[in-house]
Parts: sequence; C-alpha cells; structure tokens
Amino acid sequence: MDLELMINSFPKLLNATVVTLKLLSASLIIGLFIGLLFAILRLNKNVFINKFAYVYSYIFRGTPLLVQIFIIYFGLGQIEYLRSTVLWVVLKEPYWCAIIAFALNTGAYTSEILRSAFQTIKPGIIEAGKSLGIPNKIIFYKIQIPIAIRQSLPAYGNEIILMMKGTSLASTVTLMDLTGVAKYIISTTFKPVEVFVVAGGIYLFMTFIIHNTIKFLEKKYNYN
Amino acid sequence: MELLAFGDTGWGDELFYATLMTIAVSITAMLIGFLFALIFTPLKLSKNKFLNFVANTYTTIIRGVPELLVIYLFFFGGTGAVMYVASIFGYNEYIEINAFITGAFAIGIISGAYSTEVFRGAIQSIDQGQFEASKVLGLSKFGQFFKIILPQTLRLAIPNLSNVWQITLKDTSLISVTGLVEIMRQSYIAAGSTRDPLFFYSFAAVLYLSLTFLSMKLINKLEVKYSRGY
Repeated sequence: MDLELMINSFPKLLNATVVTLKLLSASLIIGLFIGLLFAILRLNKNVFINKFAYVYSYIFRGTPLLVQIFIIYFGLGQIEYLRSTVLWVVLKEPYWCAIIAFALNTGAYTSEILRSAFQTIKPGIIEAGKSLGIPNKIIFYKIQIPIAIRQSLPAYGNEIILMMKGTSLASTVTLMDLTGVAKYIISTTFKPVEVFVVAGGIYLFMTFIIHNTIKFLEKKYNYN
Repeated sequence: MELLAFGDTGWGDELFYATLMTIAVSITAMLIGFLFALIFTPLKLSKNKFLNFVANTYTTIIRGVPELLVIYLFFFGGTGAVMYVASIFGYNEYIEINAFITGAFAIGIISGAYSTEVFRGAIQSIDQGQFEASKVLGLSKFGQFFKIILPQTLRLAIPNLSNVWQITLKDTSLISVTGLVEIMRQSYIAAGSTRDPLFFYSFAAVLYLSLTFLSMKLINKLEVKYSRGY
C-alpha cells in the first residue's frame, strides 16, 4: 500500500467528484421531468400514445447506457443537418451529451417507477376527491402526485444510486469525472489498488449519504 | 445494408462473432456470480457476526461502487495480483491474463453481489415450517437442501435472477474498455474505420435489445416450469 499516493490523489479525486455530482444532479432533474411525462403518457388510454411511451422505456432499459452515450456523442454528430442547427451548440460538448444520455436513461426507469406508483394508488382516494367536488386537475396535482412520490421513494432511491454509478461512464467520452481521474492516476502510476480504495471510498460515501437521505424522507412522508 | 455483409466487404460476420462473444462473457460472468453467491449467501444467513460482516462488506462495496471502476481495478491490477501470487510459488516470468478472463471475472464479481442478495431474499422468504418438516422427515442435510429448499428457492429467485441477468448482460458492454472484442468493441472498430458511428452504434443497440428480448422469453419459460403446482 502506497499511503503517500493515496493522500496525494485524494484532493484530485475530490475535485473530480464535483464533476460527478454536477452530472448526477443535472441528469436527475431533467430525468425526473422526462419520467413524469412518460409515466403520464403510459397511463393514457390512447393506444398509440401509451405504446410510444412503452417503446421508449423498453429501448432505454434494454440497451446498455454505454451504447446510448456513444450514439448521442459519436453518432448524432454525423448527421449533417444537425450540425447546422442550434442543437449543435449543445451536442458538440461531451458534457451535455453525457447529461442528455443519462437524463433519457434515468427518465425511462423513473417513468416505470412512477407508473407503478400511480397504479397502486387506491381508487377510493381519487373517488373521495371527486365526491368532495375537487376538479380533476387539482386531484392529480394535489392528491395523486404527492402519494405517487411517497410510494416511489424507495425505488427512486435505488435509481439515484444506480444513476450515480452510471455517471462513471462519462469518463468514456473524455470527461474527467471521478472515474475518469481515477483511471488517469491508475494508468500513470500503475497502482490500481490504492486509487480504487480512495475513489471507491468516495463513491461509497455518496451511496451512504443518498441511502440515508432517502430513508429519512421515507420516514418523514410516511402517512401510515 | 452492404456494411453488414458477411465476408471481407462488410462487418456482418465480425458483428456476429462479437455477439457470440457477448453471450459467452455474460454466461461465464453469470456462472462466476453464482459461485460467489454460493459462498456468500450462507455467510449472509449465518448467525456468526464476523461471517455476516464479511458478506455484507462484499455486497455493499460492489453495489455502491461503479462497475467501470471495478473493471479498471481488474484490468490494471489483475496481472499484478496473479504475478504476485505466482512469485510466492517461485514463478517470476511475466504472465498475461487474457481480456476474456479478466472481464468475465470482474463482471462475475459484480453479478455475484446481486445474486447473493436475491438468494438471501428467496431463502428467507421460505416458510420456517419447510425446514422443520424436512428435518422431521429424516432427510439428510444434503437431501433437505437439494430436494426441499432449493427447488422452492429457485421458484422465488427466478424473476429476480432474470433482472440480474439483464444487468450482467448490459454490464458486459463495459468490458470493451479492456479491448475484448464483443459487440461494443466491434462496433467501435467498425465505426472508426467506416466513419459511420451512428449506424454501427444503433445496430449495437438493436443487438442488445434482441438479446434482452430473447432471454426474457427463455426465462419466462423457466419461470413457468418452476412454478408448477402453484
């Protein structure tokens, strides 16, 4: 064990953690909106709309995240038309490509989580709302969504942790996130174990924080 | 379409072999994972605090650290570790481990952590009476486990194991960073030499989708088989 290397690489890895956290939070926020949108589409009675949402989530859940990043980062740049539009400003940056890929991926999983949460809401609760004369829109925003969020907290917590691990793939498109920097240090010093212990420790710490925050929220919003 | 032709002119045969490689790595990794689960599930269920701690450390670390980081550890550290062990036995030549073994082992350890959790959950949800009844019937320990407990465990575990299989299959795409020529690596090579990344990566996505789809169908059949009588 090379303690000196571990101490020296710690600040570098900590700096890289900021990149990881930025990627994670940006993709989770965008992904949550995508997930909510597609969960609502899934519950739509129109066959085409709900098939469309199903196919979306099936494709993104059935292929590796690495393929999705590569298609967006290497693939989309190939379309001549895209290069002349405003979108190119975003798509030429690996940072945004990674965020788009992560957001679409987590959006697919989130939509499944939210869909099942909406479906487990007891019809009696909605009927109670209706019989009180509350408009449908308010029932949806003030009754269904809060209950669905509470229902989906445990599964969503897992998804956050999975996504945090997923952000490590950003290093494959030249981004220097925690894994990227760890790989750089490993390949220059050839001390994989030491770097793994430090970088892995930081990841585990983040997992620990997320896990406990979700547990806390679960307790706080427990209505039983 | 001509890009996918078999033979020297297209990438069809290369991608076909790459797909076989992905399947081979996934199955090997899944089996290595089962081996790990076989070791760690009893540790998790044991009453000994220390053994519990060992098993919990394994599953927590693997499930909390990115797969890519684990693969880098094995890729850069695997050769060193094996050579260190060999040097204890007096063998000092350079040993090269091939990418298949490194990759399958790295993914296997990851998949093992998930399998361990699945088996633990399944065994814990079997009614205590089943254990007692098998004891009362005077079966040997061996018979108790293989004839009574295991078949019931499998029924409960198969749906979750199918998730583990999907995760394992998708994780094998990460081995491409070590240079093993599976779907992802082959698409990378093809995309590089034809300058058509959009087509090849999309085709890789289609290949993965068909693999997940087909394996789902197969696993559903298994599920039906093991739920006979329920």
